[in-house]
Amino acid sequence: MLHRFANPTRFLRLADIIQPWAAGLTIVFVVSGLYFALFHSPADYQQGETVRIMYIHVPAAWMALFCYTALAVASGVALIWKHPLAGLAARATAPIGAGFTFLALVTGSLWGKPMWGTWWVWDARLTSVLILFFLYLGYMALQDAFDDAERGAKASAILAIVGFINVPIIKFSVDWWNTLHQPASVVKMSGPAIHSSMLTPLLLMALAFKAYYIWLMLIRIRGEISSMKVRALRLRQVHGGAPGAASTPAEEGAD
Amino acid sequence: MLSQFFSMGGYAGFIWPAYGVVAVVLIWLFIAGKRFQNAADAELASLNPRARRKSETTPGTTRETADET
Repeated sequence: MLHRFANPTRFLRLADIIQPWAAGLTIVFVVSGLYFALFHSPADYQQGETVRIMYIHVPAAWMALFCYTALAVASGVALIWKHPLAGLAARATAPIGAGFTFLALVTGSLWGKPMWGTWWVWDARLTSVLILFFLYLGYMALQDAFDDAERGAKASAILAIVGFINVPIIKFSVDWWNTLHQPASVVKMSGPAIHSSMLTPLLLMALAFKAYYIWLMLIRIRGEISSMKVRALRLRQVHGGAPGAASTPAEEGAD
Repeated sequence: MLSQFFSMGGYAGFIWPAYGVVAVVLIWLFIAGKRFQNAADAELASLNPRARRKSETTPGTTRETADET
């Protein structure tokens, strides 16, 4: 049973160092990214000013896929090696990924209306991203659907891993099916098919979202570590140990 | 000049809501995360006063668990 009290002290020490950097970089990238996105970049020759939605839509969509990949990998590590921090990281990623997916959908809709003439179309790219959003929600719902937290963690981890099949489907949906959505223009074998004046704000905003993700993750993992300790102490109370007499999980530190 | 900027070539009704919803959701994620962390820390402190360096709650008072988003 001791392995449940994984020693998070080392992680927390590392988090103390990383967190101010993540916060600082977020602010620097957001400010510079918004400056380029809103003031210092040209309007598109076809899309006009609406191209500015790209600078938040594309980074949000990248983060949606990145978070799900992180969720699936962390779930796999937690399931196979029973690494407790991986389980906590998976739990912490899900709401953040759901948030970015929601933003990709909403900003895409706000971009689609003026450019495609419709808020929504049931094509491969949009539908698969909507499924991604539901996968996140299903993951979070399943986690807390069992009285036994361990069973919830296991069931949701399996869902996360199986659902990963959706990530390559989203990525290649624009190549495999006819869709209104434009194909990739940044991550290409032949190099980005986008002018540097537009690539700069795009990459700055992408870095801002990534730094912010790290910042949010550290906050959530801290919360998850405390919740894990609470669960462990509660369990111990139930099994007859006085709560005051229990040493902290950190002091006990198996791992 | 300024009004020209805010009109965004006639697409203000799409561009500003897009940036607005991003700001709202991202800030909300931060607040929800902080709330979750604080609630978990407070509950831990109430269960075991020694587990936290700086506990704001007195031992014995239990706060309800955080809503996780």
